[in-house]
Amino acid sequence: MSDNKSLLTIKDVYASIEEKQIIKGFNLDIKPGEVHAIMGPNGAGKSTMGYVLSGREGYEVDSGTITFDGKDLLEMEIEERAAAGLFLAFQYPVEIPGVSNLEFLKASVDAIREANGEEPITSSELLKQAKEACKQVNLPLAFLKRGVNEGFSGGEKKRNELMQMLLLKPRLCILDETDSGLDIDALQMVAEGVNSQRSPDRSFIVVTHYQRLLDYIKPDFVHVLADGKIVKSGDASLALELESQGYAWLETHKDEEIEG
Amino acid sequence: MSEWLENAISRGQKIDDWLNPKRSRALELLSTTNWPTRKTEAWRYTPLRAIQSTKATQLDVVSDLTPLAIADLSAIELVFKNGKLDKSQLSDTLPAGLTVTLGSELAAAQQSQAIADFSEVKPDRHLFGLVNDALAQDVVIVNVEAGVKIEQPVRISSLLSQGAESHTRVQVTLGEGAELAVIEDVQAEGETLNTAFVEYFVSPKAHLEHYRFALQTGTNVSVGGCHFNMLDHSTMHSTIVAFGSDLSRLDTDIIHSGEFVDAKLNAIYLLDNNELFDLHATVEHAMPNGTTEENVRCIVGGRAKAVFNGRIHIHRDAQKTLAELNNRNLLVSKTAEINTKPELEIYADDVRCAHGATSAEVDKQALYYLQTRGINRAQANIILNFGFINELIDLMPNKVLAEWIRPIIRARFSSMKVN
Repeated sequence: MSDNKSLLTIKDVYASIEEKQIIKGFNLDIKPGEVHAIMGPNGAGKSTMGYVLSGREGYEVDSGTITFDGKDLLEMEIEERAAAGLFLAFQYPVEIPGVSNLEFLKASVDAIREANGEEPITSSELLKQAKEACKQVNLPLAFLKRGVNEGFSGGEKKRNELMQMLLLKPRLCILDETDSGLDIDALQMVAEGVNSQRSPDRSFIVVTHYQRLLDYIKPDFVHVLADGKIVKSGDASLALELESQGYAWLETHKDEEIEG
Repeated sequence: MSEWLENAISRGQKIDDWLNPKRSRALELLSTTNWPTRKTEAWRYTPLRAIQSTKATQLDVVSDLTPLAIADLSAIELVFKNGKLDKSQLSDTLPAGLTVTLGSELAAAQQSQAIADFSEVKPDRHLFGLVNDALAQDVVIVNVEAGVKIEQPVRISSLLSQGAESHTRVQVTLGEGAELAVIEDVQAEGETLNTAFVEYFVSPKAHLEHYRFALQTGTNVSVGGCHFNMLDHSTMHSTIVAFGSDLSRLDTDIIHSGEFVDAKLNAIYLLDNNELFDLHATVEHAMPNGTTEENVRCIVGGRAKAVFNGRIHIHRDAQKTLAELNNRNLLVSKTAEINTKPELEIYADDVRCAHGATSAEVDKQALYYLQTRGINRAQANIILNFGFINELIDLMPNKVLAEWIRPIIRARFSSMKVN
């Protein structure tokens, strides 16, 4: 299934946290421009996969390979992955008091530009872009001066993640339950942000527990994750099926498939 | 008894002026004081070698020093040069309700009040406070009338030229409901020694905004203090920013003498090379319903040494006290040293009191977050470490001062020896 054109190829990955195996034989292939939704019950390993891809400390890959843009992702440092175009929008973004959002954005944009052989962005250009990004995700401009995520509500943190995504222009965006805790307006806004960034050379992994978000972000593929691996893949209609039947249906369905 | 102290006492005995009653008392106390050793709790981590070996002496010549400019700051300047008040720096037209006067030039009634106040807030246990009692040349009295709000901050600068020794003393009184901001700073060149003590008398409902910048480094030796007496419903917000020197020690005492006092103290220190900075902060909750919030953060690199002793004493009658003491330290080199000791003594039963002290590296989650945004580990460490102190700069009420000090701290931070 994978070929030279793939942006991300995950092959038979097993991964553990503190010696406990969470990911058990994960396979996925993503081509540029594709939007993949990963759904699944709590504890299936949805967030874990995002952390493994980003390179988080403590998330050990026991076996398998991950290739990003033709390179061995597992050999890359966390920041090298970011520079190569991988972006993880966190479910629970960390608060960093004392570091202003704008300062943080500048450091981040500059680091990625430097890694790609570009000159640092000027402060005025960054401010201009950041203001536009804030407007797009409906985040008040005052948030640029505040500490990173400091005292932000859940929804504001999610919007701040998207704002960073807009500025960093990654090639692969992993949205880890970006819809959780959002009301319908915020959800639509998030979806608009994502949709505006869809392009032939940018891919998305939308991790979600609920089908709701996929009403607004139309995925090309839907995968169901259970107990550390993808047990079913299909098109957008799979999400609707899951919604009506629930994950319990999936459990029995999965067993049938394995037996068959 | 050390030679240095004997010499100080004999110099003090030769002074004869309006402060004689208080001076002779201090001299008497000094004559029975033992010179601190390693076994003296208050000086356990702060050796006094640098004082004993300094060549700094009281100079008669007043050199042409000028206070370091603070961009955009419009302050009422009170300038000491090698320990003597430079009256020419003091504006002729002070805002109505504010007086700044040499104690020796006060009218009789005010002078006797000044004598009565002298050393009333500053506890006698501070050895160099007693030395300052005995040797302070020009004692300055700052007074704000009741109900008056002074817009411009009063800046007390103590300037020392190479080889100078100075002992400066200021008493600041805020009348009922008055508001004032005071900035204290020391600027010292080369081998110098200074004791700088300020006593604050904050009347009911008055508000004091306070800053102390101890940015002198190198071979300077500084021992000083800020002591606050707080009456009913008065409030204070103090920010201390310190670098280290051969010996830099500050004692603060916040005394809740009235009810419903609100006190905030934020201290930042950044030490490098062989520097030492020692903050001994004491809070006395003598009366009920007071609140204290204390945040002390330090970053220590090189072979520097930081000392913090934070004592909160809640007296038997100080019910409904809320007191919080938080001390966070970051070591950025393996040879740096932090000695921290929070001390809570609680004798009332209906209080809320918390303290914590940590010596740690940066938050791993935050580090990871920055790395996922392309920032490498070393750079992320710098950003987070700076954020750690920047948080307290953000809390400075005076934004002009905050924007002045921020790049100074940033520059020092980026030049610190990390290993």
